[in-house]
Amino acid sequence: MPIHSEFDTIAALRGALRDHKVSALEVAESALQAIEANASLNAFLQVDPQLTLDQARAADALLSSGQAPALAGIPIAHKDVFVTRGWRTTAASKMLDGYVSPFDATVVARLQQAGAVSLGKLNCDEFAMGSGNENSAFGPARNPWNPDTVPGGSSGGSAAAVAAGLVQAATGTDTGGSVRQPAALCGVSGIKPTYGTVSRFGMVAFGSSLDQAGPIARNALDLVELLDPMSGFDERDSTSLQSCDGAANQAGRIRNEFDAAAAQHKAAGARPLEGLRIGVPEEFFNEGLADNVAQAVENALKTCESLGARRVGISLPRTRLSIPAYYVIAPAEASSNLSRYDGVRYGHRAQTYTDLADMTSRSRAEGFGPEVRRRILVGTYVLCHGYYDAYYLQAQRVRRMIANDFQQAFAGQCDVIMGPVTPTVAKRIGDNREDPTADWLADIYTLGVSLAGLPAMSIPCGFSADASPLPIGLQIIGNYFREGQLLAIADSFQQATDWHQRKPEQK
Amino acid sequence: MEWEIVIGLETHTQLSTESKIFSDSSTRFGAQPNTQANEVDMALPGSLPVLNRGAVERAIQLGLAVGAHIAPRSIFARKNYFYPDLPKNYQISQFEIPVVQGGTISFFVGDEEKTVNLTRAHLEEDAGKSLHENFTGPHGESSTGIDLNRAGTPLLEIVSEPEMRSAAEAVAYARALHGLVVWLGICDGNMQEGSFRCDANVSVRPKGQAEFGTRCEIKNLNSFRFLERAIQYEVRRQIELIEDGGKVVQETRLYDADRDETRSMRTKEDADDYRYFPDPDLPPLVIAPEWIEQVRAGMPELPAAKRARFESELGLTGYDAAQLTMDRSYAAYFEEAALALPQGQAKLAANWVLGELSAALNRDEKTIDESPVKPAALAALIGRIIDGTISNKIARDVFAAMWAGENGGAPDAIIEARGLKQISDTGAIAAMVDEVLAANPAIVAEYHAGKQKAFNSLVGQVMKAAKGKANPQQVNDLLKEKLGTPENG
Repeated sequence: MPIHSEFDTIAALRGALRDHKVSALEVAESALQAIEANASLNAFLQVDPQLTLDQARAADALLSSGQAPALAGIPIAHKDVFVTRGWRTTAASKMLDGYVSPFDATVVARLQQAGAVSLGKLNCDEFAMGSGNENSAFGPARNPWNPDTVPGGSSGGSAAAVAAGLVQAATGTDTGGSVRQPAALCGVSGIKPTYGTVSRFGMVAFGSSLDQAGPIARNALDLVELLDPMSGFDERDSTSLQSCDGAANQAGRIRNEFDAAAAQHKAAGARPLEGLRIGVPEEFFNEGLADNVAQAVENALKTCESLGARRVGISLPRTRLSIPAYYVIAPAEASSNLSRYDGVRYGHRAQTYTDLADMTSRSRAEGFGPEVRRRILVGTYVLCHGYYDAYYLQAQRVRRMIANDFQQAFAGQCDVIMGPVTPTVAKRIGDNREDPTADWLADIYTLGVSLAGLPAMSIPCGFSADASPLPIGLQIIGNYFREGQLLAIADSFQQATDWHQRKPEQK
Repeated sequence: MEWEIVIGLETHTQLSTESKIFSDSSTRFGAQPNTQANEVDMALPGSLPVLNRGAVERAIQLGLAVGAHIAPRSIFARKNYFYPDLPKNYQISQFEIPVVQGGTISFFVGDEEKTVNLTRAHLEEDAGKSLHENFTGPHGESSTGIDLNRAGTPLLEIVSEPEMRSAAEAVAYARALHGLVVWLGICDGNMQEGSFRCDANVSVRPKGQAEFGTRCEIKNLNSFRFLERAIQYEVRRQIELIEDGGKVVQETRLYDADRDETRSMRTKEDADDYRYFPDPDLPPLVIAPEWIEQVRAGMPELPAAKRARFESELGLTGYDAAQLTMDRSYAAYFEEAALALPQGQAKLAANWVLGELSAALNRDEKTIDESPVKPAALAALIGRIIDGTISNKIARDVFAAMWAGENGGAPDAIIEARGLKQISDTGAIAAMVDEVLAANPAIVAEYHAGKQKAFNSLVGQVMKAAKGKANPQQVNDLLKEKLGTPENG
């Protein structure tokens, strides 16, 4: 067992580090050993002990100086779509096998500045396209609760690594649910913040208007620890926001809101969620939802009610339309974003070719996996002259309507929205091989949030009754910039429950 | 059949920003390959574009100068196509909503003034360069090299309506536009380095026909001479083709300057589908009225305004005023010289700037900023003509001496050193007149017989005797006085 896993929260580990009960170097070494011992999970794509131990030593120096920043010595890891100067960045694609970035992603740099020690790069679906981490060119990551099942995706390695206790927290990215869904399937907590609050600079782009980075951790408190320093305006990302509803988009914003909301909850005593109106969309409880998931979510809602919240039935009538809208817009953007991988300047280049055009065609055909190729084809098609209006523009219209539906709900009916994250618990690896688009339909509860750019999170709320029980997640959706509020609600829920404290069997 | 030529131009002007349109690497020309390309220009994973406000301000300047509408909200789109020197394999450009909409350019074709409407001007990024020739790979194999220094260089593509009716008009339009962007300082105008290049859309139609003929687009014309020749060739080609019973195919053509012909590059059928869509990495470009006013306040006086002022305040002809305002340095030079002269003498300054000075600059391939004769010195020279110290003719010699740097280029010193001061002493001139009359009785007789030519001949003789320095007006007056009235004059 790695040292850090003895501590329930980052705050507790920080205390031990600051009191010199443990050193960052010891923590990092034990985490490296745990990663090695759990290599069969295939959660990590690259570990470089030298780089990690250097960071740990630097953290120890800061800890000895008494000037340590908040995350000094905390072991984390990054999804392999964040570019890193030291570690390779592959986006889990053969196309970028061996690629080393000359610069760090903003998220990586900010967490490093906060003192966090990186254990390496985490497996994911190729270019973040997928919901099971099965689309990785380097093999699927496995769910620590049952290695025969998927950890979810695309941030599967991130969720698996946190669930297995290999790191205290991890970064992920969410384009259509890629933080929330694997967090749910691995029984950990994850948040996708409002679009524009975390810089996309240095994130390998998938769907630029949807991509947003977010942390995965054991609990809401630890999510605050990561999300707060990750967030903030970045002049290198033109879609990054300078202000959020009047508050400057900078570190401290989320923590301040969280602290204020948490203080309010605490003051309310036994009913911390008193007065909170929880919107429960009827469309999230349709025929596709598995009974065990429905039951777990229902129990979670009851828990919230017992904590003082009130349940309000709402409707998000265009929930079903979020699937076609998303699977037009995201592939359209991806088809263009991935054009740069042509074998000319970096990345995979075919061994043999006849001319320049052939070199590009062959390099791309060889370098991209089937799901990536599928989405590039879809995206290229929907942007073609003559189809653009019918598909892309229409999808954008639907997108606006979906965003309006959420706004209507938040305007008068509810403060937050809750529901399931996924229709089922984790599937077995290989289950959807015959029908690649079956996974697309399973994204139904997460896509609308992404299209609207809203913040949302997933926290553990139960388990399946299987022989090796599989986790179930509760989705909490907030209005724009209400990350602090969501995290405080999740924290109150977690103070009243222990789902987040359950751990899979350790190696 | 009589044919009408229809030409519209798309001009790519490279904007004079220090850094690129979406990255902070330098736009300087001529650096070692790929030394001015950062992660954005190389399209490395995770890189994102950030718009250079300086490029936008230059676009606003053009818009204001041509009286266009500046879009309060314009959109950057991705133009998707694969090419090795296009690093992202899409170009960021403006498609449906460009930043500059409408406007006009006025210019002279010969003595005739013409105004052409602009369709739009939009911001976009340039591509890199493919080095196909003489390029070998690391193992000596023949390869294609890629230089991304130019990738991401800001361009303003200025699109005219198809309103030009001859190659000469197209060239005059291009020259006027070139003059304007250089005037504004938004483009260095260096055509050899590709800072100003034109695509010409050319078609022909029977005179009187309302609808346009099928057009061909001739790409990348980077000199006024090539522009003119390419259009001339293309017009001939299209007319001959149609007259021979053929049909013009809509296509893109390249001009081969060595052979002086255009060649087909690709037809419309195999044109790419660019799959334009709004770039999700860049929010809409919002230009508030305050920003426009701020840009306006920092702009130089526009050529049109200056031209009007030269006509109304300085009494120049429309043609002269237009010529002098083709180029900001020219206009500034002229204005400085004219203002140093007594009121009402600006015309003389215009003549000198457009005449002697321009000829000397052309001959020595100098720009007006490099002129060895500065405006103050030219004004001093013209002042000596006005005050009668030297004649116009002598002034040309003095100018040549000034150009050569004689006597420090100071006109008075040259006049003094060379003894060119005009003889205005009536007694001295009268003596010379007397001498000439005495020596040429035959010519005097002819004069009296009514031959005007004889008078001119006598003036010439006196000027010769005076080594050109006699005040011509005085020579005339004295000769007339001494000769008396011709008999049948």
